[in-house]
Amino acid sequence: MIRIITFLSTFLVFAFGSAYADPKKVGFIYIGPPGDHGWTYMHDVGRKYMESQLGDSITTTYLENIPENADAVRAIRKLADSGHDLIFTTSFNYMDQTHEVAKDFPDIKFEHATGYIQADNVATYSARFYEGRMIEGHIAGHMTETNTIGYIASFPIPEVVRGINAFYLAASKVNPDIKMKIIWVFTWYDPGKEADAANTLINQGADIIVQHTDTYAPCQAAQKAGVYAFGQASNQEEFCPDAHLTSIEDIWGPYYAARAKAVVDGTWSSGDTWDGMDKGMVVMSPYNTKLMPASLIQEAVNMEVGIKDGTIHPFTGPIYNQAGELVVPEGEVAPDGMLLGMNFYVQGIDGEVPQ
Amino acid sequence: MNLDLILGILQIVLIATTPLVFAGIGELVTEKSGVLNLGVEGMMLVGAVSAFIILVITGSYFLAFFVSILSGIIMSGLFAFLVLFLMSNQIATGLALTIFGIGLSSMLGKQYIGTPIDGLSPWFFVIFSFLIVFLVSYFFYKTKAGLILRAVGESHNSAHALGYSVIKIRFLSIIFGGSMCALAGSYISICYAPMWQEGMTAGRGWIALALVVFATWKPERVLIGAYIFGGVTILQMNLQALGLRFPGQFFSMAPYVATIIVLVLISSNKLRIKLSAPASLTIPFYKGR
Repeated sequence: MIRIITFLSTFLVFAFGSAYADPKKVGFIYIGPPGDHGWTYMHDVGRKYMESQLGDSITTTYLENIPENADAVRAIRKLADSGHDLIFTTSFNYMDQTHEVAKDFPDIKFEHATGYIQADNVATYSARFYEGRMIEGHIAGHMTETNTIGYIASFPIPEVVRGINAFYLAASKVNPDIKMKIIWVFTWYDPGKEADAANTLINQGADIIVQHTDTYAPCQAAQKAGVYAFGQASNQEEFCPDAHLTSIEDIWGPYYAARAKAVVDGTWSSGDTWDGMDKGMVVMSPYNTKLMPASLIQEAVNMEVGIKDGTIHPFTGPIYNQAGELVVPEGEVAPDGMLLGMNFYVQGIDGEVPQ
Repeated sequence: MNLDLILGILQIVLIATTPLVFAGIGELVTEKSGVLNLGVEGMMLVGAVSAFIILVITGSYFLAFFVSILSGIIMSGLFAFLVLFLMSNQIATGLALTIFGIGLSSMLGKQYIGTPIDGLSPWFFVIFSFLIVFLVSYFFYKTKAGLILRAVGESHNSAHALGYSVIKIRFLSIIFGGSMCALAGSYISICYAPMWQEGMTAGRGWIALALVVFATWKPERVLIGAYIFGGVTILQMNLQALGLRFPGQFFSMAPYVATIIVLVLISSNKLRIKLSAPASLTIPFYKGR
């Protein structure tokens, strides 16, 4: 008897559940807490934007602080099991886990941030942050007095290496004497360690701190030591007003809204999206007028315009690797394939990418 | 290499290592009395968030640290009540305390994330951390009360037979451990990286726990172990920044490898490890038996 009731109720839920298939459920997997004021924070801003655009046609859920290991499989599966129609996994190392779960749920759409492997129900998306790194490099080349830049890097993945190269190419163009000091901290999120790395770089003579980690601890350390810094992922000026030159902001909202709309309309299809400043996915925070000369701000703004209309590309040849081999010939730009798999430093950077 | 550079490195090492010393010495006292409290990370986080919140509300550094230590006393008091009076399993209770602390601190701190504060100079606490290690050492080996505490950790039945209150002494040791962990947490959120972020202690509580074993339950060795750990971490950053062609992963791993090597060296002599670990560690005490 109980069995029959269970069967009937399950049947009814399924029958009517699909007949009144509203609203669509959208889930997010976050690597950190939405309050990090960096990477995860901006994804959460995007999620809220999506909610505001689509109103009652969707509901959203997020799971925060999900480590990039087998726990991620459990978290993604949990969202899939609880009837989500669209799931965003917002970190590079969720790649295998996303595909593992996606195989078991062919009707659910997955979107993997910064990944490069697609499937019928797995799309990838990322932003061309390196365009912003170029502008930061240009500014740093002009602003540095010690000709030493401190760069705090997280993990040796192409996205991070690409940022370092784009930064160095632009900085060395305006200031050939520039030297890069790079510390790999092997974490996205550890305020204490990020501050240690910033202080170490400053102690070794860096007067501009660049970070590819998620909290504003490095910017704070720079402020305390009286040197300059670039923020990360969101506008961090309020935490270090006397150090903060600008930040690269990740604007995910419009993309999220469009993808969720596609699921609601039934037009979603897999693919790869890699947008930059031209589509508004990468935005520079307001330049610090107290610290930067007006002419330099104007140059930066001009660069933004050039990047948007395609006349400027951060990886324009000639570009050599550390061994002195020409990797991008004069007058050409690096193809996306090379950028996506970038795991080498360009000529002029000391040290080597950890393998 | 010039003097300024070396002094700078030394400063960073001192600032980075201090929270490990506080948490390690607190846990050492707790373990010396025969109780293993795995809740270090949780107590540190609650200490960090309560100090931050009080500082934002009142603007008083003194109140911030005071309330933070109070939070450590409450958290560890809860643990003490469970393991001493209800005889719950120490390992399970300690793990639960950490999980509870992570959740509680996230909940309390939700609206304070990203609130800018003025950090406090760390130097008072750096000096205090050295002082507390030597005070604990003096207490253990030069005072009668310290001898009694160690006796409780070695053989609670004998201590009980001699008329000492095992429960009371363990309770006080646990409370001391809790307040030191909270102090470590508040140092992180007020001095070291002045901000509140969820889970910002990033595993330092677990390192502190390992340090106690590493130190074979000797106070001065906690200090040495903490500085080996902190020193190697900062040194590898310096080598990287100097552009030496070394695999960065190896250096990130180095502090942990150093810990394991020392552990192997210490435990190669079974008698030595047996002599140094408190004999009643994790064994519950039933009065009247």
